[in-house]
Amino acid sequence: MGVCCCKESKEQKLDEIIAKYKDTRGALIPVLHEAQEIYGYLPMGVQKRIAEGLNVSLADVYGVVTFYTQFSLEPKGKYKINVCMGTACYVKGSGDILNKLSDVLKIKNGQCTEDGLFSLDACRCIGACGLAPVIMINEDVYGRLTADDIPDIIKSYKEKEAEAV
Amino acid sequence: MIYRSHVLICAGTGCTASKSTDIEEALHKLLVEHGIDKEVKIVKTGCFGLCEKGPIMVIYPEGATYSRVSVKDVPEIVEEHLVKGRIVKHLLLGDKDAEDVAKSLENVGFFSKQKRIALRNCGVINPENIDEYIAHDGYRALAKVLTEMEPNEVIDLLKKSGLRGRGGAGFPAGLKWQFAAQAEGDQKYVCCNADEGDPGAFMDRSVLEGDPHSVLEAMTIAGYAIGADQGYIYVRAEYPIAVERLNIAIRQAREYGLLGDNIFGTDFSFNIDLRLGAGAFVCGEETALMTSIEGHRGEPRTRPPFPAVKGLFGKPTLLNNVETYANIPVIINKGYEWFNTIGTEKSKGTKVFAVGGKINNTGLVEIPMGTTLREVIYEIGGGIPNGKKFKAAQTGGPSGGCIPASHIDTPIDYDSLNELGSMMGSGGLIVMDEDNCMVDIAKFFLEFTVDESCGKCPPCRIGTKRMYEILDKITQGKGEESDIEKLEILADNIKKSALCGLGQTAPNPVLSTLRYFRDEYLAHVRDKKCPAGVCKALLQYVVIAEKCKGCTLCAKKCPVGAISGEVRKPHSIDVSKCIKCGVCMEACKFDAIITQ
Repeated sequence: MGVCCCKESKEQKLDEIIAKYKDTRGALIPVLHEAQEIYGYLPMGVQKRIAEGLNVSLADVYGVVTFYTQFSLEPKGKYKINVCMGTACYVKGSGDILNKLSDVLKIKNGQCTEDGLFSLDACRCIGACGLAPVIMINEDVYGRLTADDIPDIIKSYKEKEAEAV
Repeated sequence: MIYRSHVLICAGTGCTASKSTDIEEALHKLLVEHGIDKEVKIVKTGCFGLCEKGPIMVIYPEGATYSRVSVKDVPEIVEEHLVKGRIVKHLLLGDKDAEDVAKSLENVGFFSKQKRIALRNCGVINPENIDEYIAHDGYRALAKVLTEMEPNEVIDLLKKSGLRGRGGAGFPAGLKWQFAAQAEGDQKYVCCNADEGDPGAFMDRSVLEGDPHSVLEAMTIAGYAIGADQGYIYVRAEYPIAVERLNIAIRQAREYGLLGDNIFGTDFSFNIDLRLGAGAFVCGEETALMTSIEGHRGEPRTRPPFPAVKGLFGKPTLLNNVETYANIPVIINKGYEWFNTIGTEKSKGTKVFAVGGKINNTGLVEIPMGTTLREVIYEIGGGIPNGKKFKAAQTGGPSGGCIPASHIDTPIDYDSLNELGSMMGSGGLIVMDEDNCMVDIAKFFLEFTVDESCGKCPPCRIGTKRMYEILDKITQGKGEESDIEKLEILADNIKKSALCGLGQTAPNPVLSTLRYFRDEYLAHVRDKKCPAGVCKALLQYVVIAEKCKGCTLCAKKCPVGAISGEVRKPHSIDVSKCIKCGVCMEACKFDAIITQ
C-alpha cells in the first residue's frame, strides 16, 4: 500500500508506473493494478492520466476498470472486509456471516462506513476452503467462523484504532 | 551445512491463515535460545493437503507429523522433541501409539489412498528455494528434452502418455501441443491458465504456492516442443502468496540460466512473464484469458480460429492449466509407460481435488483416476460431520453438476462424470448433506454466472438471468409447475447458442439437480415446502404441542399476534398471519417451536 499522502508524489509515482510499462504489450491492466495500490481506488482523474500516458482512449480504460471486480471506482475503507462467497463457504453459512457483518457495521454489501474505517464486500472464492467459512480483513484471513464471532473481531479493530488515536 | 533435524512447516494459504507464520517465528526464537538453530533447519513448505488439521508440522528424520499446532505447543516441541528426542505424542496426527512414528499415518485414509504426482513436491520442499526443487529431480526433464529429444519426440511422448487437460474439459494435451507446433507463425506463445475461478477450488493455487518451478519447467518444455520463446502465466490477483512465490521462482530460474537465453547451452531461449487477473471469472475461458493478457476487457472470441492457430496477439498459442503442466516433468522423467499404468483406460494419471463443504477432512487430495466417490468421501474425507447423511457431491463448480448418493460408487474419471451430467471441472468437490437444499444450490450457481457473465452474447447475458429469476421465484414459494418446464427449455437453448464455455455450461447445475432431485423442485412448487429447511420464505413455524408448557411468552413477543392459546395449554401459530420473523422461536425456553 502506498503511504505517501501528498497529491504531487502520488502523481509522480503514477507517471513512473506509466513510463515503466509504456512499451509493454497489454500494459493497461498491470498499470491499473499498480495505480490502485497508490490511490486505493481509481478516480476519473487517474483514469484520464493513464489513458493519456498509454495513448489509449479513456473509454477503453473505463471499460476495463468496470469490467474487472478488482478495480474500484469508489474509495474503500481502511479495513477492507471481504466475505468469501465460494461454494465451500456458502454451504457452511457464509450468508449468515455477511448478514451479521452488515448488522454490526450498519452498512450493506459494497458500502463503506461513514468514518471510512470499514468497507464490506462479498468476494469470490479466496481458496481457503479448508477453513470455511472465511473472511479477509485486508490481508488477514479469519477462518472457521460463526456469526457469533463477528462482533468481537470488529471490536478488536475498533480498539486498535482507538489506541492509535 | 548438514542439519540433524528438519522441521517442515506448511506455509500455504490455509495454514498461514491458521497462523503458521507465528509458529515459525516462535520456533526460530526458541531454537536460538536453546542454541540449536545451527542443528535444526526450518523449512517453509507448500500445502500438505490436510488444511482441516492445520497448521501442520513435520519433523524429520523421525517423520513425526504434528497437527493443529499452536504457538503454545512450540516450547514443548522444542524441549521434548528437538532437545530430548522424545516425540510429543498428543500432537501426533494419526496413530498416537505407533511404534514407529513415521508409520503413524499408514492407517490414516487421507494419506494412504492418495497418489501424488502433480502435488509431489507440495509439503516436501521449500518452494522459495530452487536448489530444493533441483534436488528432487527438478529441471532434469528439461535437460533431457533440450539435449536428447527432438520437439516432435516430446509431443509424441505426451500423446502416448494419454494426459488430458486438467482444467476441465479434458482435451488430450499431446494433441493440443501438436496443433500449436504445426501452426505456422514467426512468433508463438505458451500460456498457463492459473485463473482458478471456480468457487471451492484451490488445487492450482496449492501447486503454485508449493511447487512453482514445476510449472516453469513444463512451460519451458512446451516452448521447445512448439517453437515458442515467450510464456505468460495468467494468475489471479486474489492469490498473493502464489504470485510472490512465482516471482521468486522466475527470478531464481533466470539466475541459474534455466530461463533466458541459450538454456543448457543450446540454441533454445525462453522467457516467462506473469500477468495478474483482476477478478473476472470468464477470464478462465481460453480466448477471454488471452484478450485479458492483451489488456482489454476479458471477453471471449468465437472459435475457430482456435488459439493454436490464432491466439495471443493473433499468434499461435498453447494454453494449458497449472495442474496439467505440473504432471509433465514427471511423465518425461518416468516415461509414458509408467504414466499409463495409473488411472483408467481413457483417463490416465491422477486428479487433484479440493474437497470442501460438509466433510470432516477438508483439504487437497490427489487420487488415481477411477477412485470411487465413496472412497474420496468416507476413506479420504473421513465422512460427513455430525452424523448427517450424504446427499450429493458437486463437481465442476458453476459449469458442473451434482453426483447424488445413489451414484456414490461411480469411479471418478472424465467420461463417467460426463455421463452423470456433471463434469471433472478443474477439481472442486463440494460435499453436501441433508441440510442443503438443491434448488438453493442451483440458484447459488446461477447467481454466480449471472454476475460473471461478460455480457457479450445474449443467450448467456439474458438467458441465465431469466433462469435465475425463475429459480428465485421457486425458492420464494411462488413457483408453478410450468416453471420447471420453462427452465428446461431455456437451459437447452442456452447450451446450444452461448458463445463460450461459461454460457454453454451455465445451465448444468440446474439440469443436474433437476435430473436427480426433481422431487425437491416439485416440493417447492406444488407443496410450497423446502424439504431441507433452507428457503426461508417456505419455512413454517409450528408449536410442538408435547413440549409447549403454555407459558404465553411467545404470544406476547409475536409482533403480529399470530400466536394464540390458553395459559398452561399448548399454543398454536396462525400460518396466514405469521411473518416468519423467528422471534417466538428465540423466546421459547422449552424448544417447543420449530421450523418445517
